[in-house]
Amino acid sequence: MTDTIKLYPAKPAKVYFYGTCLVDLFYPDAGLAGVQLLEREGIDVLFPQDQTCCGQPAFSSGFNDQARDVVVPQLDLFPGDWPIVVPAGSCGGMMRKHYPELFAGTPWQAKAEALASRVFELTDFLLNVCHIRLEDRGEPVRVAMHTSCSARREMGVGDIGPTLLAQLQQVEVVEQARATECCGFGGTFAVRHPEVSEAMVADKTTAIEEAGADTFLATDCGCMMNIAGYAEKQQRSLKGQHIASFLWQRVGGDA
Amino acid sequence: MSTDTAHSDVQQFHPRVRSALENPQIRSNFRSAMDGLMGKRQAAFEDWELETLRDLGAAVRLRALSRLPELLVQLETNCQLQGIRVHWAETGDQACEIIRDICKARDARRVIKGKSMVSEEMELNHFLEAEGIEALESDLGEYIVQLAEETPSHIIMPAIHKNTDEISDLMHEKTGTERSRDVGYLTASARQQLRDKFMQADVGISGVNFAVAETGTLCLVENEGNGRLTTTVPPCHIAVTGIEKVVEHLEDVAPLLALLTRSATGQHITTYFNMISGPRKADEKDGPEEVHLVLVDSGRSSIYQDQELLDTLRCIRCGACMNHCPVYARVGGHAYGTTYPGPIGKILMPHLLGLENTRDLPSASTLCGACGEVCPVRIPIPKLLQRLRKESVDGDRLRPSVVPGHGVKRTLKEQASWNGYRWLASDPGRYRLAGWMMTRFRALTPRNVGPWTRYRTAPRPAAKTLHQLMAARRREEQS
Repeated sequence: MTDTIKLYPAKPAKVYFYGTCLVDLFYPDAGLAGVQLLEREGIDVLFPQDQTCCGQPAFSSGFNDQARDVVVPQLDLFPGDWPIVVPAGSCGGMMRKHYPELFAGTPWQAKAEALASRVFELTDFLLNVCHIRLEDRGEPVRVAMHTSCSARREMGVGDIGPTLLAQLQQVEVVEQARATECCGFGGTFAVRHPEVSEAMVADKTTAIEEAGADTFLATDCGCMMNIAGYAEKQQRSLKGQHIASFLWQRVGGDA
Repeated sequence: MSTDTAHSDVQQFHPRVRSALENPQIRSNFRSAMDGLMGKRQAAFEDWELETLRDLGAAVRLRALSRLPELLVQLETNCQLQGIRVHWAETGDQACEIIRDICKARDARRVIKGKSMVSEEMELNHFLEAEGIEALESDLGEYIVQLAEETPSHIIMPAIHKNTDEISDLMHEKTGTERSRDVGYLTASARQQLRDKFMQADVGISGVNFAVAETGTLCLVENEGNGRLTTTVPPCHIAVTGIEKVVEHLEDVAPLLALLTRSATGQHITTYFNMISGPRKADEKDGPEEVHLVLVDSGRSSIYQDQELLDTLRCIRCGACMNHCPVYARVGGHAYGTTYPGPIGKILMPHLLGLENTRDLPSASTLCGACGEVCPVRIPIPKLLQRLRKESVDGDRLRPSVVPGHGVKRTLKEQASWNGYRWLASDPGRYRLAGWMMTRFRALTPRNVGPWTRYRTAPRPAAKTLHQLMAARRREEQS
């Protein structure tokens, strides 16, 4: 009854990259950094231009029909037997964990299940499939890590960010209080229950600041948009960065 | 549950949440209590193979639920063989009436109660009071809540929303106890007042943690000894419980008990564990003359009709889901306006009150999964929340559903916005065009986008989408 064991493939020659809509429209540098980190490992990255959104916003609001209609045309975008790498635990969790539920009992079930089993969160893939080695070329810096709840609990990659960061000699990672607690984003939750969401992101922001970091790294752009957007509104100096962008910069990639 | 006022209270979720968030006392009481409970739980499981134990707990509960109808009959038979009278109640009101009739038949005027959430669900105390029967809570937390004329804010620690000063003031005002910050003194004072009540009570009413079908044993977990007094001192004991609390074998209790106490309060075992197997026998010196078991359905058999939702009934009421819930930790139990607050309340109360009365509960979660991660019997709470969200916006309100009030939250506005999302995201050409427009005209991005920007800045579209950047790279490679 415990979650099934995740099997990692040998490092493949190619991967598909699923950018996610949030990265696509607002944080493309994070997506590009992810692509470049994969290429640095000698992997050929395929980016299907017909990808859109993973369907999660509709699915988590209970509009499964709309979610399915968005996903169905995309089920055919990854015909080769290559892993699908996603720079977000949340969208990755949707694809890996919830596609089989969303399509259970439909004509697309088998296809959705086959796709789901090929989905990997980016940092997980870099560490456990690519066995990436990072040489730090940056100045000394202190950061905090915020792993999204879906990366942690749906994709099971809670300790991967810190493990990758530990390879970087000049990077000091501070641990904020209640590091595993949700930042209060939760997709539509932030607009359906704005006051509770605010209470949560206020606590998260303060915890990161109190840990002594003025930059936090996130596995997911949703959390980043929430925490950094809150800090900015409050005119606080805390800045957020997607972990892929940070890693790419540290190994000497262009910003 | 029987009154309409309770329902309208539930609907006031947003105002209650706001007032809770603005109350620094509530915020700090819950935060520190929940932090403490999380730490204790973690420490209590340190030497255990927690995940294996959770597997076992889930398996025991699932096995019991898979045979629920026959186990209930077996429980009834084995209880009766030992002299326990068994009553069945389809609704909370019926259960109240059964208990009233038992009291009336004995001409009982004074009832002492052990902690029972199902009796809260039935609003038993109000019912009995209206019938001229005094019902006094003997669990310390419940006693405080009753003095304050409130409801429990946590299923294990009913008065967790109050601090020592508030309790001291309350006891001074209601019982004449001298004001004190000495918890030991306040507890001793409550104990003194309760002691006489135990001796005078005509009937004792308790809950049940596990009802063992094979042996007809009623198990009661407690820390204060009030449960033992309630079930042994008065001449009549009435145990009241939901039908889902049945387990098959006596040995099923061991893993569940190990999980329950550690998950709830971080205790390896509680101070008292009572196993009740019938009234006083001829050669025994103590115990009640009469023992009754009231089995309450109150919507549970309806939940049982659905393969997915029946997992709700695995719950052993440890409260770990609320202790670990980032929403509960901030708003506290009363904000929910329901008998069971927190994650378990969000998945259980819509069945008991209908989605029309609990419309804001399924969405009041980030789906962070902390509840599902700690649930000792592995209830997939986030998945069930998702299911109830789907039921809330069900497009076919005439479709038979086990969830009362399904479809109640579907609005034309929300439907239109998800249809718009579908129109845009199901067509790659349209999606790319929208992306191109958002980036091209990003200077026109609104600064104000509703509730989001009340507390945060609006995200700004990038200069170029990832689609555009990747297409440009490809063109470069090819040229």
